[in-house]
Amino acid sequence: MKSLTMDKPDERNRLDAMKQGVIGKPLDRPDGPIKVSGVAPYAAEYDIANAAYGVFVTAPIARGKVAKIHEDSVTGMDGVIAVVADERFTTRAAQGTAGEAPEQGPGEVDYWGQPIALVVAESYEAARDAAQRLKVDFHADDLADIPFDPDAVEPEKDEGQRQGDLAHAMAEAVHSVDRTYTTHGHASAAMEPHASIAEWQDGKLTVHASLQMLNFNIAELADALDLEEDDVRLVSRFVGGGFGSKLGVSQDVVAAAIAAKQVGRPVKVAMTRQHVFQAIMRRSESTQRLRLAADAEGRLTGFGHEALVSNLPGEDFAEPVTQSSKFLYGGENRLLRIDVARIHRMCAGSVRAPGEAVGMTALEAAMDELAEQVGIDPVELRLRNIPDKHPTKDIPYSSRKLAECLKEGAAAFGWQGEDRKPRQRREGEWWIGTGVASGSRVHNVEEAKARVTLRPGGTALVETDMTDIGTGTYAILGQIAGEMLGLDPKDVEVGLGDTDFPRGPGSGGSWGAPSSGSAVFLACEALREEIASLLKGEEGNLTMKDGTAVVGNTSRTIDELLGGKELQRTGHFQPGKTEKEFAAASYGAFFAEVAVNDWTGETRVRRLTGAFGIGRVLNEKTARSQCLGGMTWAIGAALTEQLLFDPRDGHLVNCDLAEYHVPVHRDVPECEVLLVEERDPAASPIQAKGVGELSMCGAAGAIANAVYNACGVRAYSFPMTPAVLLEGLVEQAKA
Amino acid sequence: MRPFDYKRAERLEHAGQLAAAEDTLAIAGGTNLIDLMKLQVETPATLVDLNHLPLAGIEEHEDGLRIGALATNTATAVHPRVRADYPLLARAILAGATQQLRNKATTGGNLCQRTRCWYFTNTDQPCNKREPGSGCGALMGRADLHAVLGTSEACIATYPGDMAVAMAALDATVEIAGEKGSRSVPLREFHLLPGDTPHIENVLEPGEIITAVTLPTPVGGKQIYRKVRERSSYAFALVSVAAALRMEGESIAHAALAFGGLAHKPWHDPRIDDLLTGEKPSMALFDKAADLLLEDAQGYGENDAKIPLARRALTATLIDATGVSA
Ligand SMILES: Cc1cc2nc3c(=O)[nH]c(=O)nc-3n(C[C@H](O)[C@H](O)[C@H](O)COP(=O)(O)OP(=O)(O)OC[C@H]3O[C@@H](n4cnc5c(N)ncnc54)[C@H](O)[C@@H]3O)c2cc1C
Ligand code: SF4
Repeated sequence: MKSLTMDKPDERNRLDAMKQGVIGKPLDRPDGPIKVSGVAPYAAEYDIANAAYGVFVTAPIARGKVAKIHEDSVTGMDGVIAVVADERFTTRAAQGTAGEAPEQGPGEVDYWGQPIALVVAESYEAARDAAQRLKVDFHADDLADIPFDPDAVEPEKDEGQRQGDLAHAMAEAVHSVDRTYTTHGHASAAMEPHASIAEWQDGKLTVHASLQMLNFNIAELADALDLEEDDVRLVSRFVGGGFGSKLGVSQDVVAAAIAAKQVGRPVKVAMTRQHVFQAIMRRSESTQRLRLAADAEGRLTGFGHEALVSNLPGEDFAEPVTQSSKFLYGGENRLLRIDVARIHRMCAGSVRAPGEAVGMTALEAAMDELAEQVGIDPVELRLRNIPDKHPTKDIPYSSRKLAECLKEGAAAFGWQGEDRKPRQRREGEWWIGTGVASGSRVHNVEEAKARVTLRPGGTALVETDMTDIGTGTYAILGQIAGEMLGLDPKDVEVGLGDTDFPRGPGSGGSWGAPSSGSAVFLACEALREEIASLLKGEEGNLTMKDGTAVVGNTSRTIDELLGGKELQRTGHFQPGKTEKEFAAASYGAFFAEVAVNDWTGETRVRRLTGAFGIGRVLNEKTARSQCLGGMTWAIGAALTEQLLFDPRDGHLVNCDLAEYHVPVHRDVPECEVLLVEERDPAASPIQAKGVGELSMCGAAGAIANAVYNACGVRAYSFPMTPAVLLEGLVEQAKA
Repeated sequence: MRPFDYKRAERLEHAGQLAAAEDTLAIAGGTNLIDLMKLQVETPATLVDLNHLPLAGIEEHEDGLRIGALATNTATAVHPRVRADYPLLARAILAGATQQLRNKATTGGNLCQRTRCWYFTNTDQPCNKREPGSGCGALMGRADLHAVLGTSEACIATYPGDMAVAMAALDATVEIAGEKGSRSVPLREFHLLPGDTPHIENVLEPGEIITAVTLPTPVGGKQIYRKVRERSSYAFALVSVAAALRMEGESIAHAALAFGGLAHKPWHDPRIDDLLTGEKPSMALFDKAADLLLEDAQGYGENDAKIPLARRALTATLIDATGVSA
């Protein structure tokens, strides 16, 4: 095992010194063909003999207790095997990286739609029918006593982060902005619903599930069932999108495992779309007050970002709205805080770039108002406010390409920043305008292990429990190993998504690639040391290319060197001091052009350019695709996506993809992605940072700013639906 | 999904007979019905499959066109006569759903599609339409999607479709066959307001099925379907306006308008057509039209914006149709 703790920046830039020339190349995903041809099995699609089907029964009350489950109301029905209602059922999904069981005990209901029992039957249809018919008595709490509206309760106050005197700075400021924004909640809305097939064999449990972070999930599942981790295996080879909703072990996994034990045969639980919407994590709505104080040139002297978000009582997670506000811009006098309202809507957790996705939207909209006041190009305003040193901590920034992103993005977009007067460009009924925003997302890494085996014939096998949630992990890990070991990535087989493999942090927080990629890198370094010693040379002098290893004048193929045996090494990567000693983040810049219909307020994005500094690009195509995905989600956050809750019982009303509006193809224009050249030595030994989430963080602000530039209406509520913009448009027309 | 019997209607008379049986629903494309059956909003004991009846044709009919109940939305939208003479209909259909859905969806099914009210589709919530007498979940709940015209205490749902809105403007006729014979009903009278029986959505009697929709002699002129929605496709209308409007010289010679997203039925107000016909178009005239349309409009909170939106969508459509400048 070769271990590395990230205690100092890795300036060696080893990948650049390698000779295979595949790292960063826009290679196709090896899993692409089997996915698009429908051959890749997703969790519910494994053909497991004799499997029964489980469907959840959910609570039609907002809070209270299950009084009695009348099993006899369904036991006679055709195909019904059992009603399983077990105290160990989890009432909500675990929060990301919890590593322990979430709330258990379905008899206590905390939110409308909470799963309380599972009906198991011979067919999915029979189970669903019986689940619908099962009679359950509840002791429901009086709705009048239950808080559902975050604005109507006294929130838990965050102490916040204070420095200096913001109020004073605001009072003294030459220019200031003090605005409050609201954002609606979001659903992850992954295409593949949560699903599990659980099977017991000789006291050991195997679950095929759709999860993002197996290493944590196995601990959560084992904890829920009081099992040893050694007796549990989780398999998630392909995951049809997660977007945060599959970070923690979900209710289906635990219920399937318990039901399979009880009925003595494998049980498959595929949650319905409605159940996924109603019982898996939501992104909290937010109310955000932004205060920006600036001098005559627009340099920030004060910075305030205060948010109100919500969650169920007892949940630790609070949408980290101010995450990038801590370091993105300067301003001596600061106040950042996140208060939490305890309400009984479904659990809030990580959804698509938690924090910045909505926090940056508001911040960047406020920055646009400041630029207007100061009377300068909003790009210039941002450039002026890139701080030399961290605003509150005595630590340096790691590599930071914000300025490059702003400049290169502006050039690519054809940005014109001088005259920003709104309502200047009209095409028929449509106002056309442009907007800019910075992008920022904290960089994280987590402990990761991976095993790499060189095999006779000159191929390699990479194994880790890391998942590929559609992001391209299969591709990039193969490329890292290919580059390090001098192999065509086609000759590198990658095995993922199985807890029998060495464990890693999984996919989430955009840390998957830098963390598990570093583990693969380390395993390959160890293999290279072994190969070098077989050649009686130093690893530093070893060249591996096209299946051949060369030191000095000695050249042998890998196949020859292996002599018919496998060579295997494990890499172990751990975060270290750099985490605390550097402020590390991925940065970007967004440029949007929108059209706003003067009559209806319908808004369509016409162009969207994103420039990103994400450290080393491991695969240009998958990185670009990640960015396109994030920008697409930003269009949703800006214009169409919102969770709508019934004010009386807190239930989610728009719980399918017909009524929860993710952007469709027609909403997404040709998007341009620029990947700025960068290596971030403090980020990881492969100099790579997180990608996926960044591209959502700020883009909705660029769209909002473009809306203003187009039609003169500032939106303070997201998404900017026709209803939100209409009043402003009417006023503008009058003016 | 509740287990059900499947019966195939081989002949038209047969279909009526089968469909008249208790707890029986006809199925055509299934794009609406099957979704609702999965949710157990619809729990028919028997499905009568209409797909083998010879009702898919689109043929000349007097000076108009007869569109069979089983003609798919795609077939109708691409039909040369429809495109040439009733472009409003093609546009409305193409503004709805997705290509895949339109390939399956049929004329009859589209007319009979149920509301998208999210209390209707959630069997753990009250809904007078799904379960008469249980109450209306939307009235005091979330009414973002809901109607502002012709509502009742019992139900504020909308008829969600697009095709029928165009057909209402075009003054189409619905042909109906049943055990007792056949009849035709003007499309404008086919759908009903909720009143205190929101579970009865149209004039079909048990055992009756739609066999066709006929379109009258083409009216020519400008035909516009304006559908307002948050996302640009695959979303039901917040508000939609169907307009068939012909100018002669400086005046409006023919005007027929209908509205979607506002009511329990495609909304047609003959007073608006009368007001416009024979007049010289002007902003003042359009304002009057909007006043008529919305004089009894009532919002339910979340859907309040539909009222100004309808006004503006109507105005924009009329500007577009007449060439008047705002
Ligand atoms: C996600 C989604 C988005 C959609 N978006 C839109 C949209 O934007 N605009 C829009 O207009 N529509 C939209 N639709 C609805 C779609 O147009 C309807 O589902 C479709 O038209 C129904 O036709 P069908 O043949 O599949 O009907 P079915 O599902 O087969 O039947 C629907 C109903 O009609 C009855 N029925 C069918 N045929 C007859 C007949 N000949 N006589 C009497 N009764 C009959 C059935 O008993 C049933 O009650 C959408 C649907 C979905 C699922
Ligand atoms: S509006 Fe109509 S369909 Fe919706 S809940 Fe009320 S009664 Fe039911």
